[in-house]
Amino acid sequence: MPQVLRHTGWMVVRQVRNLMREPIWIAMMIIQPMIWLLLYGQLFSKVTQLRGGASSYIEFLTPGVVCMNAFFGGTWSGMAMINDLDRHVVDRFLAAPASRLAIVLSQVARAGITAILQALILLLVALALGVRVHGGVLGWLVVLVASALLAMVFAGFSNGVALLLRREASMIATANFVGLPLMFLSSILLSTALMPGWISSISRFNPVNWGVRAARNAVVVGGDWGPTAEFLFFLVAATAVTSAFATWTFRAYQRSI
Amino acid sequence: MDAIVAEDLTKRYKAVQALDGVSFSVGDGEVFGLLGPNGAGKSTTVRVLTTLTRPDSGRALVAGEDVVRHPNRVRRMIGYVAQDSGVDWEATGRENMLLQGRIHGMAGRPLHARVNELLELVGLADAADRIARGYSGGMKRRLDIAIGLVHKPRVLFLDEPTTGLDPEARVAIWVEVERLARQENLTILLTTHYLEEADRLAKRVAIVSRGRIVVEGRPEDLKSGLRGESVSVELRETNGRVTEAMQVVQALDGASEVHVEGQVVRARVPNGAQAIPVILSTLESHGFPVLSVTTARPSLDDVYLHYTGRDFAAEDEEGR
Repeated sequence: MPQVLRHTGWMVVRQVRNLMREPIWIAMMIIQPMIWLLLYGQLFSKVTQLRGGASSYIEFLTPGVVCMNAFFGGTWSGMAMINDLDRHVVDRFLAAPASRLAIVLSQVARAGITAILQALILLLVALALGVRVHGGVLGWLVVLVASALLAMVFAGFSNGVALLLRREASMIATANFVGLPLMFLSSILLSTALMPGWISSISRFNPVNWGVRAARNAVVVGGDWGPTAEFLFFLVAATAVTSAFATWTFRAYQRSI
Repeated sequence: MDAIVAEDLTKRYKAVQALDGVSFSVGDGEVFGLLGPNGAGKSTTVRVLTTLTRPDSGRALVAGEDVVRHPNRVRRMIGYVAQDSGVDWEATGRENMLLQGRIHGMAGRPLHARVNELLELVGLADAADRIARGYSGGMKRRLDIAIGLVHKPRVLFLDEPTTGLDPEARVAIWVEVERLARQENLTILLTTHYLEEADRLAKRVAIVSRGRIVVEGRPEDLKSGLRGESVSVELRETNGRVTEAMQVVQALDGASEVHVEGQVVRARVPNGAQAIPVILSTLESHGFPVLSVTTARPSLDDVYLHYTGRDFAAEDEEGR
């Protein structure tokens, strides 16, 4: 196995293991998406227009909340990089023959893996609430892949910003600045048909919406695989772009020490 | 063959000339100390030698390999214990060491055996499977050192190994380093701004000041190179005339390197026993009541003052 993959693997193991040792983090990871699902599901359940062609609002909402979690998780993932920079773990790896790429990619991969875990939990909770994934096994797979990719797109961006700013407060400000607007510029909460024209135009270029559209095709429509594949492809391309950005800022960090 | 060779290294960070032509060499198996106040350029030197930073000019070889041209070859042969601990707080001591070993291409039984051996050696065997967050400062430091040694490096870099530790933990680390240097047959480059640390651990020291090496040699040679003794006179009150007190002592026959720190006037004299009565009576006659007098054999403090013309403690404070 190439060195970069081996090193990425070990570093991902390290990060996931560390996260699993945070009981509060695990609790939040499980409870928070459920709150979204139940709260929004109840709040908007009477407004039948919102749900597009879905049989219930909660069915419409499930793929949206899965994607929301994935991309929020991604935007915050740079915090772990800042933590590693502050604790000089990154410098320790740099003075050892660690793959440079692995230091960055492991953060991105970890965001993808945690997004998959969250998506699985959410789909199971939704199932208990009567939400059927119309796309079957392929539908489940598409939701998981879409959430992983979405998390990775924003993890690349978030880690890039973390390496540029290297300060927790700046990182928090950036994550907030990016997170909520992108959420409302997507069809997470309501179908595109109900959006004002300009928002719906912008949303077509919003990676969050690519993920939501793919996941919603899988859950609600149970088909439309052509456009779905297209959305996933866009997400792969976006992941490559933001990961390249993070790798570039990592070089900038190396030059600065 | 020399384990470390640095030739005319320079490095500039924006407005600060961190290294201004640093050259020295360290023999195989030697413990070498870079001694200097905060901000002198010690850590930058170590970052260049550990391949973290590229020098602007100059050349450096570690274990025979060029740090700029073959950084990965260098990285395989060095252990680096940074000034700020590189321990992953959320992982156990053992997990920290295992990951470091894997990055160095170790695996399986040999890796686990080596980790156990080192945990035993640095006295962390009982704490090995506890999360490092709960370690004391001294334990974290020993874990840092163990992490740096997993892959059996030839050269170990210890950047300020005892900064921030209480005196007891500091001595424990000193004992540890002395033992490791013997058992692991290591070349060690140690940086410190504690004079007594360099004195105790290093066979040879180089004193660094403002990006340059001002003098290099065995600590005892450097100290015996300074003739005489240092005298410290604490004045009861100076009434703002401390400079005058300094001038009074300066005017005395045989007194040199006179300087003042707060209420204390320090000077170098050929013979303390003869000089003290003269200094005392002269000061008293100029209206400076004396609180206490001490004499001391030269310390590395005095060596620093002698070669740089500046006071170590003041410089250290300034560089903070």
